[in-house]
Amino acid sequence: MGINIGVCALQGDVSEHVAAFKAALSASGQEGEVFSFRRAVDISRCDAIVLPGGESTTISRLLRKNDMYDPLRAFRGGIFATCAGLVLIGREVDDPRVEPLGIMDIAVGRNAFGRQRDSCERAVTITGDNRPFRGYFIRAPVILSVGPDAMPLCYADHSVVGAVQGPHMVLSFHPELGGDLRLHLLFLERLGAYTPAL
Amino acid sequence: MKLEELRFGTELVKRGFAAMQKGGVIMDVVNAEQAMIAEEAGAVAVMSLERVPSDIRKAGGVARMADPAKVIEIIDSVSIPVMGKTRIGHFVEAQVLEALGVDMIDESEVLTPADEDYHIVKTAFTVPFVCGARNLGEACRRINEGAAMIRTKGEAGTGNVVEAVRHMRAITSGIHELQGMDDIEIAARARVIEAPYEIMKDCAVRGRLPVVNFSAGGIATPCDAAMMMQLGCDGVFVGSGIFKSETPAEMARAIVEAVNHYDDASVIAEVSRGLGDAMPGLDIHTLPENEVLRFRGN
Repeated sequence: MGINIGVCALQGDVSEHVAAFKAALSASGQEGEVFSFRRAVDISRCDAIVLPGGESTTISRLLRKNDMYDPLRAFRGGIFATCAGLVLIGREVDDPRVEPLGIMDIAVGRNAFGRQRDSCERAVTITGDNRPFRGYFIRAPVILSVGPDAMPLCYADHSVVGAVQGPHMVLSFHPELGGDLRLHLLFLERLGAYTPAL
Repeated sequence: MKLEELRFGTELVKRGFAAMQKGGVIMDVVNAEQAMIAEEAGAVAVMSLERVPSDIRKAGGVARMADPAKVIEIIDSVSIPVMGKTRIGHFVEAQVLEALGVDMIDESEVLTPADEDYHIVKTAFTVPFVCGARNLGEACRRINEGAAMIRTKGEAGTGNVVEAVRHMRAITSGIHELQGMDDIEIAARARVIEAPYEIMKDCAVRGRLPVVNFSAGGIATPCDAAMMMQLGCDGVFVGSGIFKSETPAEMARAIVEAVNHYDDASVIAEVSRGLGDAMPGLDIHTLPENEVLRFRGN
């Protein structure tokens, strides 16, 4: 019996997330399944859910259309969200075109770094890890404020680009694209140590 | 590389942008109003144009990059990525599109080619490019020039999906053949299809193109879009198919949902109900040779 990780496959870089979590499971010697899903009923099969990068307006619309907002809000496992996933998961987002899930106590700014020509690779610092992390920022959002229930995890210069809350981890950038698995492993480690309140 | 540096327009950042579009629908729009309808319907991006392909066919003459005022109007109206089309080989139109802030440039056979011998050197740009391809050789040549995304060409502006199907199947079977070959056989095939060995080898190892591969050119209904997805593409471009249909907003939403649930016929049936007429179609076999777009830019 291992951990079941479901990547929400409504839209975005789903296969990259599946590959990265498979690699992380094998690197940490853990048993588990990584799969993609597109229906609300599949949420109950998951111990962890990935909200991938993609277009947050599109994913928001498809979450609504597929009645996934409430099941996600009721989900007791850990959520790993990057880029568009981060835009969706917060309490507040600076764009009325996206309906936030309100799962994490953060406010998010969409496309905070500009258009695609402003997208870049840059250094990210992870709290508690003294080696820098190469972050791939693609029309990336930023965390504008972190409420008392959440905690900042990653910084790029002075911007907060990653945060944690209970078993959840959210990132502005795309660790699933680069092959450095440290953040995936940290997520799995925190998830293992976390006991959900019933 | 020093990790402290900011690096813009790297191959990974370009291909990564394309990866974020997967599972999505990119819609052709000619003004802010259409762009907002597309965004509201769930498009992952819009292609800003002066005219949709079926109107380019009607207008005839030389089809060029859109008026910058048009591109800016569309950029200012939506929050999703905005793409723009440049003529094949017209690197200055591409420079202008990049300066305007488009998020991806389509070096497109839908416009009149500016250079019949050379495509744009796409590695020289910060912004990623998408290029059309009819088969594995074309796709690999475009990737070698720096394309971060491939779209199968189909035959734009016809509402006839037959060429889109042909091109998607050609790329897939081209890769399947490579997977059964050893290295010297791939090298021999590389000479035949005039494509770089390294990229073909990469395709053989991955079992797919090394970049995101959308389908385009003739997709006019939710069923068309879902069929292209079942044939293995990563997402679809819909050109004239949305705003030349009877009910554009409904058609746009239906195609988004059909792509999302491409393997669930009951959903496709549900979203296809009562959409009115799709765009008027063209029989490809009656097109005069100079109006066939897919032969442009090999």
